[in-house]
Amino acid sequence: MLTVSNVYKTFNKGTINEKKALRGLNLHLKEGDFVTVIGGNGAGKSTLLNMIAGVYPIDGGKIILNGEDISRQPEHKRAKHLGRVFQDPMFGTAAGMQIDENLALAYRRGEKRGLGWGVTKEESEVYAEKLKILGLGLETRMTSKVGLLSGGQRQALTLLMATLKNPNLLLLDEHTAALDPKTAKTVLDITNKIVTENNLTTLMITHNMKDALRLGNRIIMMHEGRIIFDAEGEEKAKLTVADLLQKFEQASGGEFANDRMMLA
Amino acid sequence: MASILLSLQGAVSQGVLWGIMVLGVYITYKILNISDLTVDGSFALGSCICATMIVNYEMNPFLALVVAMLAGVLAGAVTGILHTVFEIPAILAGILTQISLWSINLRIMGGKSNMPLLKVDTIFTGLVEKTGMKQSMISLIFGIVIAAIVISVLYWFFGTEIGSAIRATGNNEKMIRALGVDIKKTKMIGLMLANGLVGLSGALVCQNSKYGDINMGTGAIVIGLAAIVTGEVLMGKIVSFKAKLTSAVVGSVVYFMIRAIVLQLGMSANDMKLLSAVIVALALCVPVAMEKYRIKHSYNPEGGDE
Ligand SMILES: Nc1ncnc2c1ncn2[C@@H]1O[C@H](COP(=O)(O)OP(=O)(O)OP(=O)(O)O)[C@@H](O)[C@H]1O
Ligand SMILES: [Mg+2]
Repeated sequence: MLTVSNVYKTFNKGTINEKKALRGLNLHLKEGDFVTVIGGNGAGKSTLLNMIAGVYPIDGGKIILNGEDISRQPEHKRAKHLGRVFQDPMFGTAAGMQIDENLALAYRRGEKRGLGWGVTKEESEVYAEKLKILGLGLETRMTSKVGLLSGGQRQALTLLMATLKNPNLLLLDEHTAALDPKTAKTVLDITNKIVTENNLTTLMITHNMKDALRLGNRIIMMHEGRIIFDAEGEEKAKLTVADLLQKFEQASGGEFANDRMMLA
Repeated sequence: MASILLSLQGAVSQGVLWGIMVLGVYITYKILNISDLTVDGSFALGSCICATMIVNYEMNPFLALVVAMLAGVLAGAVTGILHTVFEIPAILAGILTQISLWSINLRIMGGKSNMPLLKVDTIFTGLVEKTGMKQSMISLIFGIVIAAIVISVLYWFFGTEIGSAIRATGNNEKMIRALGVDIKKTKMIGLMLANGLVGLSGALVCQNSKYGDINMGTGAIVIGLAAIVTGEVLMGKIVSFKAKLTSAVVGSVVYFMIRAIVLQLGMSANDMKLLSAVIVALALCVPVAMEKYRIKHSYNPEGGDE
């Protein structure tokens, strides 16, 4: 489904700010894999997702999605395969546009945009149905500007937008990190529901180890630009937070896991 | 008093014709969220091309409008390429095009900085002959018809799939890229469309005032912004897009009326640019200053209420 092989990425190469973010990363996802991604700050998790999405070019290696080599495709071309939700609720939606207009933009992801109407009446009805799934009452506010919504509502909407047209791969980068615990749980539950019901292949970054263990069929841990631990199925199901912390300590050479990971 | 009324009548029609330019500025400034300084150059370009085509090539004045508009589109494309392909900041890209247009405009007019349209037909003289109305009336009616058409087309266009993508580009580039839109294209389309309207407006003003001039566009961007903010103040909190577009043209009319009045009251025409800049600066400063004032005065050292 997705094969990332030997991918390298160094930021600010040749300067004092040089940062090796990915160092020969390898990853293979099967159709329907729901993978949670954990690791300390700066481990390269976001960079991995950004490289798959084509936000920056990679320095070397290959990214193959559904048999197609997308390693050097520009971001907007790859978008037809990918659904994305970002950590910052501001990033995923257009604040000055209406809820239905935002959904309509997402509904046309990867398709040619012409001079047809930006939002048609029929599709508005479909959107209302889909918004009901979120259970936030947004279906009654279809013509409200998205800027009026709360962070949690915006993030739930972004999630719906990312999955409105089934993506080949869903990329979630700490998409609940900016939300209060209760809202985070709601959005995470919706995520789990949408992903499992549609059997979406998903990469989800999280700093919450309980969530990382509770959700998905596979977990990977990153450290210094590489995947240092990868478990799925039965093996994953047996893991505990203590196991993960131990793995992390081993990897980081006995140092304590950082605060953010301890919090979980 | 009579002279004020007379100059107001001219100001209204001038405001409408310049209003087409304001719509162009609206597209870049308000929709694309780009400060495009090409405008000063592309407005003069429209006026110079139009004058040259009519005087030197005896072109039909309607066709000359179309040519001027296409020239504006081209100017927008140059700024667009500098900005999107070569990643030059939009303001600088616009300045580069604007500066180069000054020389280009001079070349277009064969080295002359001003070209009068005496003894040639313009769209307005033609209509004056046919209807027997005064030119200021004709240019007002014609200007309103063109403005209405442009507003309708823009209203339709920004409701289409491409138009929505352009609006989203101005709102959130990161998001719209993730949804598969090439923002280089949407920005290019926006800049070309905007400067096409600016070129058309320059050509209309040229035919109305019967001369083309390389300095005609100087300060056009500031006039555009002044008209937009004036329109916003007048129309208050309106939400409909059509009303917002209309308010840009209304703002332009009001701007030219204010201008006519202060000139009648004895202000020097040379000070007009200063006044325009002050209007825009005030309009941009006031909301910020008010917010700061509010925050400062709502502070309560004793704590606060609910
Ligand atoms: N655009 C960029 N320019 C320069 N350096 C970058 C850039 N993006 C990431 N980096 C660097 O690459 C390394 C990996 O960063 P990345 O954002 O992938 O980490 P992460 O695992 O997502 O961490 P976090 O948990 O803090 O989000 C970091 O050292 C970071 O500073
Ligand atoms: Mg990150």
